[in-house]
Amino acid sequence: MVEIQSYLILSAITFIIGVVGVLARRNAIIVFMSIELMLNSVNLTLVAFSAYLGDTTGQMLVFFVMTVAAAEAAVGLAIVIALFRNKQTVNIDDINILKW
Amino acid sequence: MTLETILFYALSFVSVGSALMMITRRSPVMSALYLILNFFALAGLYLTLHAQFIAVIQILVYAGAIMVLFLFVIMLLNLGDEKKLSEKMSYKKIIPAGLSFGLLMELLYIVSYAKSDLPLTHIERATEIGTVEYVGKALFTDFLFPFEVTSILLLAAIIGAVVLAKKKLD
Repeated sequence: MVEIQSYLILSAITFIIGVVGVLARRNAIIVFMSIELMLNSVNLTLVAFSAYLGDTTGQMLVFFVMTVAAAEAAVGLAIVIALFRNKQTVNIDDINILKW
Repeated sequence: MTLETILFYALSFVSVGSALMMITRRSPVMSALYLILNFFALAGLYLTLHAQFIAVIQILVYAGAIMVLFLFVIMLLNLGDEKKLSEKMSYKKIIPAGLSFGLLMELLYIVSYAKSDLPLTHIERATEIGTVEYVGKALFTDFLFPFEVTSILLLAAIIGAVVLAKKKLD
């Protein structure tokens, strides 16, 4: 019998790995993948609570999170392509045209 | 040790390991492949929680659609020049590492602190609510409005992606 704490701790660890990926990596595509990792760790929390509470709402929310993640990936990758076309790089340190 | 416990620890080991490999690989293609492995491990974890429908769409949507999109973009950009993207260890990375470690400690503290308030047992309904039948019923009755709004979101995403990725913005 696995307790819900185990799922929550696993989810926290995965989320933090995603945070480190976003903060430490400079490749825009890997930053995007780290964001997907963070969304997935939150999904795990939602599914765990849904199962342990016997309530379907958590799984519904996971369904909608997946939809938003798909939309986000499509638009985000289009932005990466547009940036690469203009600046020939995906290094987020070189993309600073909005920096004052 | 029951089968459930063994499965949980094996899958969480694969999940954390592939996530760590994902953020440390230099090549984006390797990162994407490790992320796909992570998604499969997560789908297995959903199955241990009796969420069959979520496990299936995890593989179909994430591993099948989103990650193919990622790999396709990596291929399109043709990031052959790895030297341009070389990321060296610098003192700047200590700050995010420290911040993330602090956040992890906080999360673990909260989880262990709230131990007495958390639900501790599986409820028999867990097996039932994960099925496609139950999820579909809830989706088309209680969650009909968010479900319809989702279609508008996807339409906006399609239009946004096409407009952004077009050759000339005019």
